[in-house]
Amino acid sequence: MDFPLLLGIFPQVLLDGIILGFMYALIALGYTMVYGVLEFINFAHSEIFIVGAFVGVEILMGLKSAGLLESLPWVLVLLLILVAGMAASGALAVLVERAAYRPLRHAPRLIPLISAIGVSFFLQDAIRLFESIWNNAFNLVYPTMDPLNRRFELTETIDVSVKSLVVIVAALLMLWALHVVVNRTRIGTAIRAVAEDQAAASLMGINVNRIISLTFLIGGGMGGAAGVLFGVQYGLINPYTGFIPGLKAFTAAVLGGIGNIPGAMMGGLVLGLLEAFAASYLSLLTGGAFGAEYKDIFAFAILILILIFRPKGLLGEIVRERA
Amino acid sequence: MRNLRVRYLVTVVAALALVLPVTSVADAQSKGTIKIATQSPLSGGQAALGEGIKLGAQLAIEKFKGNLEKAGYKVELVPYDDQAKPDVGVANAKNIIADKAIMAVIGHLNSGVAIPSSEVYKEVNLAMVSPANTNPTVTDRGYPNIYRVCGRDDVQGKVGAEFAQGLKAKSVYIVHDKTTYGQGVADFFKEDAEKKGIKVLGFEGTEEKSNFDPIITPIKAKNPDLIYFGGIYEQAAPFFKQAREKGVKAKFMGPDGMDSSDLTKIAGKTVVGMYYTSVAGPVSVYPDAKQFADEYKKKFGKNPEPFAAQAYDATAIALKALEAVTKGGKAPTRDAVTAAVRDVRYKGITGSVQFDAKGDPKTALYFVLQVASDDPQKWGDNKEVKRLTIAAPAAKK
Repeated sequence: MDFPLLLGIFPQVLLDGIILGFMYALIALGYTMVYGVLEFINFAHSEIFIVGAFVGVEILMGLKSAGLLESLPWVLVLLLILVAGMAASGALAVLVERAAYRPLRHAPRLIPLISAIGVSFFLQDAIRLFESIWNNAFNLVYPTMDPLNRRFELTETIDVSVKSLVVIVAALLMLWALHVVVNRTRIGTAIRAVAEDQAAASLMGINVNRIISLTFLIGGGMGGAAGVLFGVQYGLINPYTGFIPGLKAFTAAVLGGIGNIPGAMMGGLVLGLLEAFAASYLSLLTGGAFGAEYKDIFAFAILILILIFRPKGLLGEIVRERA
Repeated sequence: MRNLRVRYLVTVVAALALVLPVTSVADAQSKGTIKIATQSPLSGGQAALGEGIKLGAQLAIEKFKGNLEKAGYKVELVPYDDQAKPDVGVANAKNIIADKAIMAVIGHLNSGVAIPSSEVYKEVNLAMVSPANTNPTVTDRGYPNIYRVCGRDDVQGKVGAEFAQGLKAKSVYIVHDKTTYGQGVADFFKEDAEKKGIKVLGFEGTEEKSNFDPIITPIKAKNPDLIYFGGIYEQAAPFFKQAREKGVKAKFMGPDGMDSSDLTKIAGKTVVGMYYTSVAGPVSVYPDAKQFADEYKKKFGKNPEPFAAQAYDATAIALKALEAVTKGGKAPTRDAVTAAVRDVRYKGITGSVQFDAKGDPKTALYFVLQVASDDPQKWGDNKEVKRLTIAAPAAKK
């Protein structure tokens, strides 16, 4: 076994895993926040996530054809697509809640779940239809922004690109902002109150419907930002791209303890790291017997083990336990 | 799944209603309709190539249906969307054999879809003429109703490995997509590369479509001279793009699955200069295909994708067989058409085709091409680096 090689790539794999992990964490927040207040899984969240990526790519392509992509400072462009992606995904999440979940609020738990799966299918093909009208192509490529592709070579095998730093910084900033909003503001207090007990919260003068909409707005917005970052980092999106990252982010939310915001971040990071290490190391360690294709099996096997010993997730369902 | 299929069917039918011109042949003494089906991915990541197969077949039918129409038949194209998925292909195949008017199938794009689907065609001895399926198993099963107009992966892998040796590559890292086609051709490449003394540093399969970081990191550390991707451009393009952006310096290479303008649309300048082997050269290498390319462009407003010309030829062969069968006023049967395809001698736009006992063309052309430009519009300008005419290997028993 080639130990210098195994050690040499370690930092790079760690970095890859962290980037992927933050991506999962941002998406997982949408699942976990909705679960926190409504106790149901919003399976349409993977499409809400990819809508952010589509809004980002459309703006970038618009800027490119207007010749502005090169002349505007890249930080500004990035901020613009992030904000636009967040706004679009957030608004869509609110709309989905209003149209597909609120009428079913008092129906048995399974009913909104099925509604969510239906919305997910609907959105996938709606995006496909929308993109096909003008381009007749729904595989969209993020235009390259050269400053984002700049790399810093740390050693021969390890390097960091600007866009991976952007992903990490943006994710950290947003997670911190969310933490502040949820824990230090009146709105955050209201969200937590609704999560604990809707009836009591409404007796305290909290407009429950508004808070639920707000939760969808914030969760959807985080998902939209993740979508834009996903597009910038990996470059190629189509209407079905959201499904697998969405599923994994949902897993991350469960791993961290569904309904638990710090748990979602931690679950995302753990899953991202597991996946990156499995994909990079499996074939090296087993001499090619198990390759990168086993990364998900490996990652999910570990997840099952964790959940056997900690069935409520790494950090547990904090909100529910308090209730 | 059922719902999915229904959804796609509805979308496809709706799209076709828009795309297909209504062919109304006012023929009073009509003897009925002969249908030719295409099966290729019309949606999803490989739709660019699948669409080319459908349009190539459409052009051939419009061009060659004259004799059959004179004989009193209406000729129709029925395109099916196999979504590049084996289960969808098989489900479509069952619908196809249930439609008694369908006399031949042109398809598929993916060997992994063609092989199970052709098991269904075989039940009723329905002729399948493939424009693009290169996996050896497609014809090596020896089914009488399976034909292809293109070359084979066992030869293509060897051509690739020989070329890699010519590039003075000492080491190669092989990545494949785990499909029958992709892993198949990667295996053949590996086998021949090892024989030629090229060191295989890794052989990795992945279904990943967006995030290739964890696969690229070990590749970068092992620093191969060449990376070979056995698979299709929709996966290879983001892979190569991310690899180059991460600073991998190896030369890139792949099989005919790379052959689509979408490769440069996705990967841009990162794949300029990469090599790919192909069983279907760009239209420009076939002197007889120029007219086809012009007509295609005029009619559909875009350049023909690879395999469009092969689909055109495959359809023409099916129509020739139908003409032979209906000669003398006989009604065509599937058995008769299947048998007649073997006897067709046809000089098509991609060369002369004559089938051997397995259904392979007796000799096929193999190309090595190099990507010339990062502009998808200029995909047709890709340089032909090497061209070989190789006979199909005899069936292994």
